[in-house]
Amino acid sequence: MAEGIIESGRFPGGVSLPAHTEESTKEPIAKAPVPDTVVLPLHQHIGAPATPLVATGEQVLRGQPIAQASAFISAWVHASTSGTVVAVENRPVAHPSGMTAPCIVIESDGEDEPYREFEPIENYAEAEPVVLHERVRDCGIVGLGGAAFPTSVKLNVPQQSVETLILNGAECEPYISCDDALMRERADSIVRGAEMMMHIVQTLHGIIAIEDNKPEAFEALRTAVDALGEARIDIVRVPSVYPEGGEKQLIQMLTDKEVPADGLPADIGCLMQNVATASAVDDAITLGQALISRVVTVTGGGVARPSNLEVRFGTLFSDLIELCGGYTEDISRLIMGGPMMGFALASDEVPVEKATDCILAAAAAEIETRYDEMPCIRCGECARVCPASLLPQQLYWYARAEDQERLQHYDLMDCIECGCCAYVCPSHIPLVQYYRHAKSEIWIAGQERIRADQSRERYQLRERRLERQEAGRADRLEHKARRLKEKGRDPIQEIMDRVEHRNDDSGDSS
Amino acid sequence: MRFETAPAPHLKPIDSVAGVMRDVLLALVPAAFASVYFFGWGLLINVVIASAVAFGCEAAILSLRGKPLRPFLNDYSAIVTAVLLVFALPPVTPWWITATGSFFAIVFAKHLYGGLGYNTFNPAMAGYAVLLIAWPAELSQWLPPRGLGLDLAELNIPQTLTVVFTGQLPQELSWDFVSAATPLDTVKTGLAEMKMMSEIESDPVFGRLGGVGWGWVNAGFLAGGIYLLARGVIRWHIPVAMLTALFAIASVFYMADSSSHATPTLHLFGGATLIGAFFIATDPVSAATSVKGRLVYAAGIGLLVYAIRSWSSYPDGVAFAVLLMNMAVPLIDHFTKPRTYGHAQP
Repeated sequence: MAEGIIESGRFPGGVSLPAHTEESTKEPIAKAPVPDTVVLPLHQHIGAPATPLVATGEQVLRGQPIAQASAFISAWVHASTSGTVVAVENRPVAHPSGMTAPCIVIESDGEDEPYREFEPIENYAEAEPVVLHERVRDCGIVGLGGAAFPTSVKLNVPQQSVETLILNGAECEPYISCDDALMRERADSIVRGAEMMMHIVQTLHGIIAIEDNKPEAFEALRTAVDALGEARIDIVRVPSVYPEGGEKQLIQMLTDKEVPADGLPADIGCLMQNVATASAVDDAITLGQALISRVVTVTGGGVARPSNLEVRFGTLFSDLIELCGGYTEDISRLIMGGPMMGFALASDEVPVEKATDCILAAAAAEIETRYDEMPCIRCGECARVCPASLLPQQLYWYARAEDQERLQHYDLMDCIECGCCAYVCPSHIPLVQYYRHAKSEIWIAGQERIRADQSRERYQLRERRLERQEAGRADRLEHKARRLKEKGRDPIQEIMDRVEHRNDDSGDSS
Repeated sequence: MRFETAPAPHLKPIDSVAGVMRDVLLALVPAAFASVYFFGWGLLINVVIASAVAFGCEAAILSLRGKPLRPFLNDYSAIVTAVLLVFALPPVTPWWITATGSFFAIVFAKHLYGGLGYNTFNPAMAGYAVLLIAWPAELSQWLPPRGLGLDLAELNIPQTLTVVFTGQLPQELSWDFVSAATPLDTVKTGLAEMKMMSEIESDPVFGRLGGVGWGWVNAGFLAGGIYLLARGVIRWHIPVAMLTALFAIASVFYMADSSSHATPTLHLFGGATLIGAFFIATDPVSAATSVKGRLVYAAGIGLLVYAIRSWSSYPDGVAFAVLLMNMAVPLIDHFTKPRTYGHAQP
């Protein structure tokens, strides 16, 4: 039975952070109104951007596919309300660089008329797993924990490779409470989604992991599991340590196994999905509803009324801030995601997309604004808190020296960029920034090496081709000369004769 | 609305270099009280001299190197170096020796290696080693603790200042009369004279733990060390490994022949063991960097302390042990890289 309390292990390192989730969970999830215009980026997920299926002027319905997955790793995009496509163009999106990206812009007709092509699947347990899997893909579901990796791709695991499906309800970053709110209010849907995914990957064991600072969510899920008589799913309370919500860390905590460095969780029999993703899977299968909205936490000292909102994709951040009473005077920074791994935005005129779990309007008092970097004193606190057991102080050293060989020897590429090291650094060194930079340099060097290898290969192929041609030509000439000789004619004389012959005819030809 | 952007993580960091150094200074207060009580005002006078020189040298070198003064002068690291150096010196050390040590620590051991965070050697110990080699006689002029014979601790502040700055003792005293051997000195000379440990330990300088007065100063270091552990400024690995190694090797020799070896407790509570374990070996800049590396590094210090105390001509060995292990740090770091998540054992 779902007893719930299984002793979980630990992962090395990590930090205890103040949760700051009470502010946004005072009220239940509120529905944000459908805006007059929605802006839907084509690239809301990890992988290739989707390809538009609609043109300006076309009428679309709520939930209608408007852009299709364009590669193996890609995801469909659906209209988040009914109306007219008014533009397919570049618009500002939520990205650290403040860049613009291709978006489909829909002007709402106010009807919110649904698209009815996806039939509800009444009894999922009798459906073929592949049918459910296709539904997950067609409904554009991606991981809603923030990474937005296409769920159908993640569910695409070798037969019988998954022993345990793990639902991640850890939600360890401070301020973010959208999963907490969802678990409290839609526990049934989450458990059903878990069962469906267990059916898809044909496993008989599920775990839902919840941090011990979310007792209401824990109770709600336990009640839901009991009500469904679901004996295959354990609900596990895990201690609140950041970055426990990290896939690798949570797996280590629950199973005491590590995902191999170049492998996937399936290699050790695990598959992890976020709780909100499970609820989206349930909606897609039971209701035939594509992924067009999500719960977003709008919080921080910089916004008047922190809350959790169910938001249609394409709603602008600025609209949500208005719904939450606007900015306070203390607003200092706008962050998409949490304060540890989220990125700061230059503008609030960007749309909510599938990866938008939290909009943190941070007041100056809540965040670091001084940035007085001192030299590293090698105190080693960073190594103590690193969940990947790296030596951040050494990585910092080699990152500054741009010593790529040492960086790789010290496993820079295994850094998950959780930010624990920078948080505990007494010298206030922006360590994660150094690592990101070094990683991209290594990536670029790798690309250059690949390009150099390719051109070298091309060059060698060309050289060989020329050699072959040269050799062939020499062969042919020799062959010809021999043949002529065999016929008893001298090739030189032959040519001389021909030239002479042509000179004789020249009068006619000119 | 437009906003300023900044890289993640956005939360305020929980500590600062200045905060760490301030905690170290605070942790030295109990030992300072004990030292002043048992050995007079000399320690405080030396602290003022050494700190002033350290601060001046720090400022001068920083401006020579074109570095910003404010963040580095406000980080207390130069003061920590000065204070740790002073704890290694006798209370009435001539001012120019204290000043030279402080100068060498900051200019040579710290800044010529690149300043804060870059020094290979512990600056305070490097400064002390220079003084010990250059002026061995002055550095062995320790005073008897309060309660044992003649009390220099009774010297008032002006008298102490006179001794430190002019070398002139009050008229009724002479150096032969006031200077006293430390407990470890007593052991060293006693054993050299082929005395039994039991005879040596009958000397009134030995109290219950590590010697009269000395025991209290060391208790102060222990209290300060526990404070640093509680505050998370230092972690347990270095002190525990160093003390365990020292205790273990001292026990082995003591059990083999108790008549010619000092007790393990004297090794722990005598000399500079406790300041070494909690304040010197734990200097992060010059210590090894991984958990495993720090255990090896500190155990090495413990063993070397015992070796130097037992088989060299120096009565104590913390400074040299730390400096020797500082040299071994790059090697230790190379061989103690922890296993990364998801990787096989290296």
